[in-house]
Amino acid sequence: MKMELIQPFVGSLDAVLAETMKAPAKIVDLTMEEEGYRRKGAAASVTFKGQIEGRVILDMDPQAAAQVAGFLAGSEVHPSEAIVPETVCELANMVIGNAVTQLNDQGFQFKVFPPQVLTEEQCAAADLESEATVLCFETPSGDVHLNILMHYHRRRSRERAPISVV
Amino acid sequence: MKQFEALTRKKDNQPVRYLIVDDSVFARKSLAKMVESFGGQVIGEAGDGCTAITEYARTKPDIVLMDITMPQMEGIEAVERIVAEHPEARIVMVSSVGYQDNILAALQKGARHFVQKPVKPDGLYEIIRYVLNDDGVTAPAVAERETLR
Repeated sequence: MKMELIQPFVGSLDAVLAETMKAPAKIVDLTMEEEGYRRKGAAASVTFKGQIEGRVILDMDPQAAAQVAGFLAGSEVHPSEAIVPETVCELANMVIGNAVTQLNDQGFQFKVFPPQVLTEEQCAAADLESEATVLCFETPSGDVHLNILMHYHRRRSRERAPISVV
Repeated sequence: MKQFEALTRKKDNQPVRYLIVDDSVFARKSLAKMVESFGGQVIGEAGDGCTAITEYARTKPDIVLMDITMPQMEGIEAVERIVAEHPEARIVMVSSVGYQDNILAALQKGARHFVQKPVKPDGLYEIIRYVLNDDGVTAPAVAERETLR
């Protein structure tokens, strides 16, 4: 997967976590996903379509998600409370929204769909035309995983390219 | 949460009334807390564009905080429909997707301003002051008023 496509998601997650957790986050692992992604905590998925198509899963350690929920709600939140998955959805929305904004500024156009709580334990594996990358961020409250699955639409890109006149 | 100088309506010195539109319950709660810290009153909430239109007609808020990406009807279309019926509507878009096309489309349909998520209370406060323009005034913060009593 092209690094310039991943970088906006990394920068965006870093910025959103810094804003909502008031704590540093650092990348501790980056892997290419070959089998289906296995959920680790409270997770949400956002789909996008256009010149680049795919989906991003934000998967947070429940303790980290509860801390963010507590910070944003202004009161202490237990990891088992219903507000926790809702918080992860909203965080995913912010992370993907901010990243997509940066990619759009680079000339990629696409539409983002509302986030959904990920309830499945195991996701389907990427197909041959897609690539999935999993980034693991370490925060003082627990790990945060970002699973980015993308499929670059070459045909659509060619359709938008200017036609040369002989 | 930090308390701001309360924003009130110039015409009757009452709290500014807000309609909050976002498909995320959590985002609505978070925005509600913010506007309450500005001395405002949340008079309605909606989780999609269709409900926003009916809630606007029912509540006639001073300010609408409107998300863009929502199920059923998106925020930009809701803005267009609300402004067509109520040209005086003051709508501030609040979205994580902040690219130029989206902002332009929202402004062209009649939105007054745009705030990108994650929302910072200080930034939103200034934007609401700006959007209220001459129809809004600041009064001492609630806590301060209570101390004065």
